[in-house]
This record gives sequence, C-alpha cells and structure tokens, in this order.
Amino acid sequence: MNLWPLIVLACLVGFLTKLLGYLVPKKWLTNPRVARVAGSLTIGLLASLTVANAVATGQEVVVDSRLGALVAAAVALWLKAPFLVVVIVGAAAAAGLRLLGLP
Amino acid sequence: MSIFLRQSPGARVGLSIAVATGLYGVSFGALSVASGLDVWQTQLLSLLLFSGGSQFAFIGVIAGGGTPVAAASAAALLGIRNAVYGMQMNVLLQPRGWRRLAAAHVTIDESLATSTGQTDPVEQERGFWVAGVGIFVLWNLFTLIGALAGDALGDPKQWGLDGAAVAAFLALLWPRLRSREAGATAAACALATVLAVPVVPPGVPILVAAVVAALIGWFGYRTGPDGEGLEPDVDPYGKAGS
Repeated sequence: MNLWPLIVLACLVGFLTKLLGYLVPKKWLTNPRVARVAGSLTIGLLASLTVANAVATGQEVVVDSRLGALVAAAVALWLKAPFLVVVIVGAAAAAGLRLLGLP
Repeated sequence: MSIFLRQSPGARVGLSIAVATGLYGVSFGALSVASGLDVWQTQLLSLLLFSGGSQFAFIGVIAGGGTPVAAASAAALLGIRNAVYGMQMNVLLQPRGWRRLAAAHVTIDESLATSTGQTDPVEQERGFWVAGVGIFVLWNLFTLIGALAGDALGDPKQWGLDGAAVAAFLALLWPRLRSREAGATAAACALATVLAVPVVPPGVPILVAAVVAALIGWFGYRTGPDGEGLEPDVDPYGKAGS
C-alpha cells in the first residue's frame, strides 16, 4: 500500500486549514456555531479514535488486552498523570496482560 | 537567554510547555512505525502536518486497517479546530508576509493556550512564538528518536504499543471533557463507532462519528458558551504553577 500521496495530501490540507484561519474575515470568529462544530468535531473524533483503537480489529469488535490499557490509562488520567506517563501506563497494561496470557 | 526568560512570563510558560509537549513526540514516532509507516513518512508528518491530534489520527486509522483516504480524512477533520485557533491568533498577532505562513504552521493547541493565557500583548506574542517554534523543534527531534527506537523494537504488540495508542487518544480527549455536553458528545460518538465497526470498512467508523459530532455541534447546545469544547489541551497556569 503506497501511503505517500495521501501523507502529502494530509500535510497540505492540514497547513491550508491553519492558514485559512488567518485569511478569513474576522466577523466569522463571532459565529459561535462555527466554533461549536469545530469543538464537538474534535471531541467526537478523539472519542471515536480511542474506542476504535481499543476494540476494533478490522470489521470485528474484539475484547482483548487493549481494553485493559484503556482502563489503566483512564485511572492514570484520573490521578492527573502527565501525557507521557499515561502512554507508558497504557503500553505496560497491554504488555502485562499479554504476558498473563490474554489475547 | 536566562535574563529574557526571567523577564518574560510568556516565553517562560512557552518553553516549559515546549519541553513537556516535545517529549511525547517519542510516542508518536514509535507508534507511527508500529502502524506500518517508515521513518521518512513518520518524520514528514511531524514536519509538515505538525498537529498532534491529526498525526495520531492518521496512524491510528492505518493501524486499524483503514485506507489511506480514511486516514487523511480523519486527520483533516481533526485539523479543523486549528482554523478556529488561527482566527484567534490573527486578531492577537496580525502577522504579515512570511511571518503569517510561519505563524499558521505553528498554530496548534499548545501555542494558542500559551498565548491566550497571557494578558500583555507583547507577552501573548512571545508566548505564541516560543511555544510554537519550541514545540516544532523538539517534537520533530523526539519523533525521530521514537521512530528509530520503534523500528528496532520488533513485534509492537509484545511491547503493548497498541495499548499505548489507546492511552494516547484518551489522553488527548481527557482535558476536553470538562463539561457535561462534551461528555455526552464523546459518549455518543464512541457508541456510533462501536455500532459502525461491523457494518462499514475499517477507518470509516471514525468518519461516521465525525458526522454525529458535527450534527451535535450544529443543532445542539444553544445555551452553551461560545466555543464549547474548544479549550486546548494545556492550561499554562496550572503547569507553570506546579
């Protein structure tokens, strides 16, 4: 699978999106609906990516060590751990559960 | 430099955020090569896409077996908030010429948070540039370190790197869940994802969730404050004070 074209496209779109913010008329900023959609998109996509990476394997919903990583990460975040610590806790939980024999 | 830092609260906050954020580029680098990208592709995403959420989204969709088109779509949708940040920064900085292009490139959660956390316009400008450029340099450096280390690790599952990806997404989401509305949006989109996984190709459930989120944002919360859920990941004063 050749990823290059879409990596370059994603980079281009990402930069143009940022630049667009500097080019649009200022009155757009006062439209709360635009800001609300951008805000809920961010939340919805991150929630979806979290769940998809925790339970999806291809087109199947699977319960495995990744769900343990999700729970462990949530506990770490609840205890106000910094980002890098949360990521390491997630990895350790998944690796540990696999050592114990879970899929 | 130290005198500059002592006298400039914006630069001080920016630098501490740059170090904290730059470091976790190592997790992006390692996860990216684990999901099948090579070191060059990984580095290009950090250099040119340069927005943590979008970068993690791209590799997250690829890791789940999604198509490159679905991965690029998820990355593009997650980048939309940067346009809103850009509008805010344009009002504060009013950059011209090449500075406008540079400012746009380093417009991300953390640079916006650092800048808008300052009250003095000079400090707002310093905070933005120190955080933005500082993160850009460190994020790219640590991406490379993570990619090279991840390449040498072998089977990523043995090291729990798939669990690390789950944790990274949850950690990006967590600071945004301060209001009940944000929690409800996240729950609805999580449910939509689980329901969509068995019926559509990999990567597409994320786009289904995007539609759900956009509809909630467009039609919901008439009483909510402006920009609900748009708070950036970091609170400069919480971190600076600790």
